Amino acid sequence: MYMRPILILAFLVVTGGFFGSAIADDGIPRFFVPPPPFSEGIFPCSQCHEGMPANHERRELSFHSEIDESFNHAKEQRWCLDCHNANDRDKLRSVSGQLITFEESYFLCGQCHGTIFRDWKAGVHGKRTGEWNGKRTYRLCVHCHNPHSPRFKPLKPLPPPLKPNEIQHRKLNDDEIPLNPIGDIR
Amino acid sequence: MEMNNKRKNCRPRKISRRGFIQGTALGLASLAIPVGSADASVWEAFFQKHFREMNDDEKKAVIKRMEKEYSERYGRDLTIKTTNAEPGVLFGYGLDLSRCIGCRRCVYACVRENNQSRDPQIHWISVLEFEKGEKWINDLEGSDKYYNPDEVPEDGFFYMPVQCQQCENPPCVRACPTQATWKEPDGIVVIDYNWCIGCRYCMAACPYGARRFNWGHPRIARSELNTETHYLGNRPRSVGVVEKCTFCIQRTRGENGRYPACVEICPVGARKFGNLLDPDSEIRYIIENKRVFRLKEDLNTFPKFYYFFAT
Repeated sequence: MYMRPILILAFLVVTGGFFGSAIADDGIPRFFVPPPPFSEGIFPCSQCHEGMPANHERRELSFHSEIDESFNHAKEQRWCLDCHNANDRDKLRSVSGQLITFEESYFLCGQCHGTIFRDWKAGVHGKRTGEWNGKRTYRLCVHCHNPHSPRFKPLKPLPPPLKPNEIQHRKLNDDEIPLNPIGDIR
Repeated sequence: MEMNNKRKNCRPRKISRRGFIQGTALGLASLAIPVGSADASVWEAFFQKHFREMNDDEKKAVIKRMEKEYSERYGRDLTIKTTNAEPGVLFGYGLDLSRCIGCRRCVYACVRENNQSRDPQIHWISVLEFEKGEKWINDLEGSDKYYNPDEVPEDGFFYMPVQCQQCENPPCVRACPTQATWKEPDGIVVIDYNWCIGCRYCMAACPYGARRFNWGHPRIARSELNTETHYLGNRPRSVGVVEKCTFCIQRTRGENGRYPACVEICPVGARKFGNLLDPDSEIRYIIENKRVFRLKEDLNTFPKFYYFFAT
């Protein structure tokens, strides 16, 4: 009888060690994400911002003008340095001042979008690829949502199916067989 | 002339014992006429057993024959798996209607993965477009599957992809007169294309319009053939057989089961897949935490395809 709790404890220790590598204390599976989708040459931010004085003013941006133009993410309430960290530009910052790396930017998004963050951790929000019973790749929020203009962008739909009256009986040579319009989309 | 007279008189034709034996021998001999090595496979295919009645050796022999046939037909080498269902696995699928934008990536990723005929065209997934606010769930006829705007989603519309719902109580299986379609232990409804006689009773029985018929010889460009196949799944079909979604049985079964092709292609992550018997799976989280419904639930088909709203 006394053996049983010990056995359970031993089991927990063993399996905890096993699963522990997959799910950390914050409940976020570490399977994990590809690197953040930076525009080419833009990171690290410090390569330009090093030594530049931090300017908190809301203004027209000259260098990051494309972000200024498309910025549409609670624009009235926020400006650059509310999310980007002023002193160490290669990091993001939460409202409480905690520094967040770009690789873990979901902690930043999760501050406001808590229910989505919860679903994402469970594997319900967002795209997954890989194995349903093993290794799978998550995506960062910013892989699908532009952080400065987060609404998912419309897509061109692939062609509709043929109507029954458009389907013909014909003999085709091998090179005449229609190709799949999905092409190389993965 | 003599025979004709006899027929006219409706007299039974008398056959001598010798004549009967000679005739029988001739008849049997004519059955065996194609004896060349190429024709032998025709006979092997003709006498092939039902998939569930074959033992491992018989399956191996059948696979070997088929791989040869396919390589002759397509000029490429295929592998045909016969991976069995894993114990403790019951596949379930989730589709988030609040995310789907109707881009049809899933339709053509499925075509690519599952070797559907490009001509005549066969799609296993139909994406239906509905006007917001219209009566819809009981009136699928009111939907449009031929929508083709420049960009989706269109304002004022929403989208619902429909494919095989992998019912726990599948009406198609009961309709099949040759038992060529059945439900596997992991819940996937499969078809043995070699036992399908093409009567299409299953198509009439399916309330979801999920089954497709090969009206013509299925044509696929050689370069686009997916050579990783499963006997019960995406191996190339022939004219006159029924086919449908198998939850990508060739991908999802086995130790390192991958997500189905439609799940992996979906750009908005609306498609979810997992083991209904695993309480920690994504699909169980959806069923327990989200607003979920199953299509035409009132028919008692018990689909394992759950539509849900994440927002």
